[in-house]
Amino acid sequence: MSLTTIVTFGILALLAIVPPLAKFAGYAFYLDLATRLVCLAIAAVSLNLILGYGGLVSFGHAAYIGIGAYAVGIPAHHAFDDSFPVIASQNGLFHILLAVGVSALFALITGALCLRTRGVYFIMITMAFSQMVFFLFVSMETYGGDDGLTIYNRSELPLVSLDNALTLYFACYAILVASVYLVHRITNSRFGLALQGAKGNEARMKALGFNTYAYRLTAYVISGAMCGLAGALIGNFTTFISPEMIDWTRSGELMFMVILGGAGTLAGPVIGAVLFIGLEEILSGWTIYWHLPFGILLILTVLFFRGGIMGMVASWEARRRG
Amino acid sequence: MDLTLIVIQCLNGMQLGVLLFLLASGLTLTFGIMDFVNLAHGSLYMIGAFLSATLTFWTGSFVWGVLLALPLTALAGIAVELIVARHLYSRDHLDHVLATFGLILCIDTLVHMIWGPDGIAVPLPDYLNGQVELFSGIIFPSFRLLILAAGLLVAAGLYYLVNYTRIGMLIRAGASNRTMVSALGIDIQTLFTLVFAVGAVLAGFAGMLIAPITEASIGMGNEIIITAFVVIIVGGIGSMKGAFIAAMLIGLIDTLGRSYIDDLFKVVMSTEAAETAAPAVSAMLIYILMAVVLVFRPQGLFPPKVR
Repeated sequence: MSLTTIVTFGILALLAIVPPLAKFAGYAFYLDLATRLVCLAIAAVSLNLILGYGGLVSFGHAAYIGIGAYAVGIPAHHAFDDSFPVIASQNGLFHILLAVGVSALFALITGALCLRTRGVYFIMITMAFSQMVFFLFVSMETYGGDDGLTIYNRSELPLVSLDNALTLYFACYAILVASVYLVHRITNSRFGLALQGAKGNEARMKALGFNTYAYRLTAYVISGAMCGLAGALIGNFTTFISPEMIDWTRSGELMFMVILGGAGTLAGPVIGAVLFIGLEEILSGWTIYWHLPFGILLILTVLFFRGGIMGMVASWEARRRG
Repeated sequence: MDLTLIVIQCLNGMQLGVLLFLLASGLTLTFGIMDFVNLAHGSLYMIGAFLSATLTFWTGSFVWGVLLALPLTALAGIAVELIVARHLYSRDHLDHVLATFGLILCIDTLVHMIWGPDGIAVPLPDYLNGQVELFSGIIFPSFRLLILAAGLLVAAGLYYLVNYTRIGMLIRAGASNRTMVSALGIDIQTLFTLVFAVGAVLAGFAGMLIAPITEASIGMGNEIIITAFVVIIVGGIGSMKGAFIAAMLIGLIDTLGRSYIDDLFKVVMSTEAAETAAPAVSAMLIYILMAVVLVFRPQGLFPPKVR
């Protein structure tokens, strides 16, 4: 087994064992932290699919987190209020379907437009579309507008209760593992190889007869839907959602996670999310000015540590083999 | 809906447009010449606002505050270029975005450490604080008029600088083919630093102009910088003319949209529906505009010829 594979399984195993142990040892706070971490890891995994493997620098992925979260919040709000019966629901399956469906639809529409552009245009357009979602939720007074929306009752799923912190954690964890596995399967399929080929040399892929636009759009929609699901989980975890979740700096943080762990690697975004949340926790415990060391670290990572953790693992492995 | 109000709103829109142009022109310069995407450009806007606020209090005069803050903002820009930006020119856009995102975190925190968490209101001298009557019945705050005039003046100066001076010639040459410029014996590093400083001053100046209206606050640049990016995308990245036209267009559309879109909607739908839909649509209007422009012209309205 290669070292990369060991690290991939290792980080997933650690996430399965450590947070529940912390909870049993009486540190319930760390389970909460890990839940947030796992949700963001799902989002980072989804971003990595298009950014790492597809070479599509989406700077608007936080929009899908917001869409997913509001897809839980809005039906729950109406169910609580006994209003607008068409959409009012506590059914978790409906929430997830809505989160994934609307995210996929949004990704399809905006992706169809964004993918017509290249390079810096693409970066800025994805960001602008997420700003559009941001302002949409800010201006919807019914759902709290700027102040956000409290989710009084979590999604109701058959068999499991998300009100139990440990169940919620394992539900999120299961979806993380499923997402990682999905990305693994995608990137090793013909579709995934074509996607990676288009990242390497688009002209050649086109000359070979691949419709790169269609491949990219499909990946974009899958990624958006996956991130929407992460949003639905975050909504259920925090039980308070606001447009601030969609702020463009959130999209930047997701990108940082992917780069920190290693873009275009399976475990990279997960490790990135662990490091990101860990650093955030440690630094913010030290000082209220923690954004300064955090920012410096981000700059240093970009300048000197471009492959991220998994890049380091891969090069170490290559050296060991000679 | 009377005509006076429309004229005043148009002036407000143009004033926003002018501010956006000051920001977008710096982005255009750095992108056109160094192919560098600078998210932290909004931080220079914020630095300009804070510096002018402090210096206004020290000197007791807004004009002196601005005059002294301008070179200091240039220094801040040069520092950013030397410490971070310079090492990124050869990298791809993803690295630019991430590193300058890190820079935003750093600068926001540094400003927080130096000036504290609260915003600073900048007092205006009496002669700028009044209102003037432009035509019969059209009364407009004199300071907003000054912003408009100053912005247009800077735009004209920039046009002259880029098109009719030696440095402008180098800038244009650098934008077309920087390797060639370098091979002809021009110190390209210094040129880049200079251009970066010019961009910083333009952004800082915009911050100084808006500070008396909104006050200098942390994160003020992070909101407007996105709009400035929309401007350069709509205008065509790297085109100064495109940036100017798009800035004015977006300033006007945003301002007029916020004022009149509910009236417009009331024509076609019920008052209640219009009042619900209008705020959402007016907030998203410029992004919708951007999407429409890109459907028909993926390179923006005025894509630069070379590149």
